[in-house]
Amino acid sequence: MNKCLLCEEETNRILSWHQFFLLEDPPVICEKCRQSFEKIKGEGCRTCSRPLAALDSSFIIEGVCLDCVRWEEDPLYRGALVENRSLYVYNDAMKEVIARFKYRGDYVLAKLFAKDIRETAKQMTYDLVVAVPLSEERLYERRFNQAEALAEEAGLEITPVLERIHSEKQSKKSRVERLQAPQVFKIKEKSSFCHKKILILDDIYTTGSTLRQAAYLLKQAGAAEVSALTLARGQGT
Amino acid sequence: MHPSHSSSSIAAFLSGRLLLQEEIPFPLPDSPNTERLPGISKKKQTFYCERCGNDQQDRFAVFPCARCKTMCPYCRHCLMMGRVSGCTQLVHWTGPEPPHEGNGTLQWSGQLSEGQSAASRAVVQAVRHNSEQLIWAVCGAGKTEVLFRGIESALLAGKRVCIATPRTDVVLELAPRLQKVFPGTTVTALYGGSPDRHRYSPLVVSTTHQLFRFYQAFDVTIVDEVDAFPYSYDTSLQFAVQKARKPESALIYLTATPNETWQKECRQGNRPFVKIPARFHRQPLPVPLLSWCGNWRKATQKGRLPANVKDWTMKRLQENKQALLFFPHIDSMQKALLLFQQLDPLITSVHAEDPQRKEKVALMRTRQLPLLLSTTILERGVTFPNIDVAVIGAEDDVFTESALVQIAGRAGRSADFPDGEVRFFHYGKTKAIVKAVSHIEQMNREGIERGWLDR
Repeated sequence: MNKCLLCEEETNRILSWHQFFLLEDPPVICEKCRQSFEKIKGEGCRTCSRPLAALDSSFIIEGVCLDCVRWEEDPLYRGALVENRSLYVYNDAMKEVIARFKYRGDYVLAKLFAKDIRETAKQMTYDLVVAVPLSEERLYERRFNQAEALAEEAGLEITPVLERIHSEKQSKKSRVERLQAPQVFKIKEKSSFCHKKILILDDIYTTGSTLRQAAYLLKQAGAAEVSALTLARGQGT
Repeated sequence: MHPSHSSSSIAAFLSGRLLLQEEIPFPLPDSPNTERLPGISKKKQTFYCERCGNDQQDRFAVFPCARCKTMCPYCRHCLMMGRVSGCTQLVHWTGPEPPHEGNGTLQWSGQLSEGQSAASRAVVQAVRHNSEQLIWAVCGAGKTEVLFRGIESALLAGKRVCIATPRTDVVLELAPRLQKVFPGTTVTALYGGSPDRHRYSPLVVSTTHQLFRFYQAFDVTIVDEVDAFPYSYDTSLQFAVQKARKPESALIYLTATPNETWQKECRQGNRPFVKIPARFHRQPLPVPLLSWCGNWRKATQKGRLPANVKDWTMKRLQENKQALLFFPHIDSMQKALLLFQQLDPLITSVHAEDPQRKEKVALMRTRQLPLLLSTTILERGVTFPNIDVAVIGAEDDVFTESALVQIAGRAGRSADFPDGEVRFFHYGKTKAIVKAVSHIEQMNREGIERGWLDR
């Protein structure tokens, strides 16, 4: 019997016919833990998929949240990122699981969201997938890149075109600091993505500045279009 | 620690420990006295975690490691203490132990009861002879005081002592108590995230989990509540105790409720033990009363409490007597809570994941709550001076003999209020219920036989 990767309880007491004939893998997470995550549903911002129901109407302009409107007003970042799709609300359960996955280094938890990521990626149009990179120092410290792990488990092939310049941890910066931060990425290899549509994968979308910086750089270097897929949508402060 | 990185400060930091490189806050010099062990070893194609002793293969996973560039195995069992993987090394000190500083003399003027005295002598003997000893002491016997003389004799002999207990709450309560009676010795308190974690001291109070970070460190290891979850369920914690103690050392177990195997070993004379069957205040343990309450789950689902449960509760509310009511599971407790709140809206409940757990226990202590519903989380360690205790659904599997004895042990703790009613409401008597009652009765009989009870 399979055990839940989070709570160690058995995942399925009732075997479905699909599983019986090995058409479907048994779940890696139990129903109770699965339910502690909140999928983003209902109408979301057309650009960043932030749930609009939770926002005051004064922060929504024609289906786009004010944050994204402001990004589009910025001459530098206008049109850099076509769209971000986030799968889950960054609630307490998601915070806990991401902390365990990325900071404690429980790599195998990437399996929890493999199916969701795979299926959402299928609905999007892109030519190649890029994982948001870690700096060499950070990668040495953590020993794996969480975005690559998510892609790997979802069966998405990654093209490593970006490199990250070492800087302070994003999570320790305020919104203003993040927005004003100088470019943290550089292009490693140009030829592979000219006139191509790129999908960037990352774990969390908070202010969107990391993704837009990457997107801006990729477009500068010749990408046709850049969109993003992120596991969780945090609330920028 | 302020690293001057002299050899003696490194010895003080590392001695007796087994740490990940990341846990050492200074660059490690190439010393012949530091040894590096692999974090994960492979025995006959199976993985083994050298820190926590985990050998269950489904508790390991592999990941593409950016450091060693292989599919590197890691242990998921002790992951929350910092990942141990195939390419991590555990650092260990093989040099001489740092000398003891300070003075280990006990400064305590209290009196031991007769039962406590006998146990205290046994602890001293175990310390002297590096032997094993079980102290089987009823809830409220005064276990901590029993340890004082033994700890003193160890400290005066230059030995290193560790008291390991399953719960952080207990570490936090115990460390200052010991510091008070051993003013000449530094006492360190170790638990997840504790500020003391970098200090060396000859007297350590630690959660059982933190013992994973030690290796052949202690001359005296005292394991508190040896039957308690998680120690008795988690074999890796037993491994931790064995790993943390020196091969030649004393091992003292404390419990009110040894498991069946241990009780049998005691009866057959295969396990050295001392029993304290009486409380320090010389009054007998309250013997649980049993009441059949029918299918209480179904009743609460239909929106009513079993009549005798309701009557029992009403009586406490009218008499203004505080009570603890134990439930087997959170779900059933939360359903029943709504019904109890119809009797008094101040009634509330507490469970392990309750963020307000501490606040609610504090409110109960200051008598601001009339009644508190609880899962087994409050089964041990907590003391409220004057309460009655009930178990709803005592037939459930979670209520083992030991759990029920511990729960009954919450009543009548203080010398001012040595009485307190204990009632097990059940939907069919179980073996555990019967055993728990006879366990308590037996202790009271032995207390009377030895003349350690006043009535």
